[in-house]
Amino acid sequence: MELSVKGIVRRFGQVVALGGVDLDVAEGEFLTILGPSGSGKTTLLKTVAGFEIPDEGRVLLGGEDVTLAPPRRRDVGMVFQNYALFPHMSVAQNVAFPLEMRRRPREEIARRVAEALRLVELEGYGERLPRQLSGGQQQRVALARAIVFGPRLLLLDEPFGALDRKLREALQLEVRRLQRRLRLTTLFITHDQEEALIMSDRIAVMDKGRIEQVGPPGDLYARPATRFVADFLGESNLLDGAARNRSASIPGFGAVPLPAGQPDGPVTLLLRPEALRVAADAAAMPCRGQGRVVETVFLGQSAKLRLALDGGGEVLARLSLRPSDPPPAREGETVAIGFAPEDLHVVPRG
Amino acid sequence: MSSPGDSRRTIARRRETALFLLAVPALLLLGIIFAWPVLRLLAMSVEDGTLANFEKATLDELYLYVLFDSVKIAAMVMAICLVVAYPVAFWLSRAGRWGVALGMFALLLPFWTSVLVRTYAWLVLLGRNGVVNRWLRDAGLIEAPLPLLHNTSGVLIGMVHVLLPYMVFPIYASLLRIDPDLSRAAEGLGAPAWRSFLRVTFPLSLPGVSAGCALVFVLSLGFFITPALLGGGRVIMVSMLIEQQVREFLDWPFAAALSTVLLVATLAIYALIGRITRGARHA
Repeated sequence: MELSVKGIVRRFGQVVALGGVDLDVAEGEFLTILGPSGSGKTTLLKTVAGFEIPDEGRVLLGGEDVTLAPPRRRDVGMVFQNYALFPHMSVAQNVAFPLEMRRRPREEIARRVAEALRLVELEGYGERLPRQLSGGQQQRVALARAIVFGPRLLLLDEPFGALDRKLREALQLEVRRLQRRLRLTTLFITHDQEEALIMSDRIAVMDKGRIEQVGPPGDLYARPATRFVADFLGESNLLDGAARNRSASIPGFGAVPLPAGQPDGPVTLLLRPEALRVAADAAAMPCRGQGRVVETVFLGQSAKLRLALDGGGEVLARLSLRPSDPPPAREGETVAIGFAPEDLHVVPRG
Repeated sequence: MSSPGDSRRTIARRRETALFLLAVPALLLLGIIFAWPVLRLLAMSVEDGTLANFEKATLDELYLYVLFDSVKIAAMVMAICLVVAYPVAFWLSRAGRWGVALGMFALLLPFWTSVLVRTYAWLVLLGRNGVVNRWLRDAGLIEAPLPLLHNTSGVLIGMVHVLLPYMVFPIYASLLRIDPDLSRAAEGLGAPAWRSFLRVTFPLSLPGVSAGCALVFVLSLGFFITPALLGGGRVIMVSMLIEQQVREFLDWPFAAALSTVLLVATLAIYALIGRITRGARHA
């Protein structure tokens, strides 16, 4: 493991910011810590970077215990939320900074700065000051500065937050390509679940100072282990029902079959909005109910429908649309709703 | 009110004019009580139609010496203030709520007391048998009392005390404006704390250093009460010379010439400080 975090606890007075966090990041892996604000993800990042000393637990980098080492001894490249470029230094001076601190020879610095700027496609910008660059360009300078000295670990603290949507998406893919090419072990912090799904090899979802679940994006999306993960990652319908004899009765849909081995008792079922079909499309589905359309939202390639079920409760359906499709349903209309039982996921810790 | 015939540009211009009108009273006041007297002063110094007064003020060795001495004292006060104030400002910029409250109180306290009172207090403290000398003697650190009054040391102590807040506040303000992530970034990239300070924090605080230095220097150069009382007549600043010309010799034209020289010297040094710090920032 390139990075190992073992049993990290950090308290601020009565508040437990980190309540025993364990995490491993393999060499060359892109791991995202995803969580809402206040979940402790920033404290965890600061602990890994060395700006925080944990009350309990250890941080290992390449097998070496760095829990108490100051930031400068950790060889960790970090991109800050607001980039933290030195405003009085040129782009080249910014990128050269970590090499100068390591007392590299002058020719080597010049060569590696040029190389790093080429990697982030900013050749010829070396003489500019950070304020003369756009937000996206500043972000790339910050990235170049963080990787130029060949760090053991790259830390990214919500680096795309300040950028507009188009630029953000372009940079996300660019950073990921660069990370794969250089095989940089990367720890990425974000509260944006979409961003986490796009970029990560694995995602660790955090809530209230604990890691709820770690896994590849697809696994987390399809098979969340907790109600929080199911709710936080993507859009979800969480249906509470009672399991008996490998089936569950859900208000509005009646009895639906459950996978083998499901014990009797209360269960929480996850049904993603895109698993639902409405109106004519619902007829072919094994599990069916009925509901009134409360709200429709047109999203271009799809439409979102909020439906009030006849048995009580609401569900969200997402229907993909082709440009020639008519609107799927009108508000106020009562439609059939259906889904296939294999799209149901039993949330283990509902 | 806008009539239909008004062009949009006219309306826009009218709004700007309204804003300017609000500033007019203050501008007028400054013009009347400041700019006009300065011009009168200038005129007075050349009243006799020659530059004889300026010749005397700038070429006469005695006056030149006083001017040079004033600049030297002002520079020393500025340097001492800078060395003393920077750590205070740095600590304040990183202190917690109570630290800031305490520091601010300590710094602002002198402002609620008149300069005259504070200067007399220094007379009590710094005298031959004053508090400072008694303590030092009781502690066994010195045998004979230190000459702290009626000399340059006394003047420097008193002036630094009065002017210190003028150095602390601009530096504090400029340190506060620096993103705390910058020093974190520097340390994360491999810089020890002192290199992070020298390469990042200090250069970025130079606007405050420059403002503080200029402020303290300019105020020192024209300082009157403190050097007059604590210098005991042995330290003469230009301001004291000017006062003497007016009060004792009633030589208004020469006093005017000296004032003008002081003004020009002040502006020149002010510009110099600005240039040096700007240069240092981009070095």
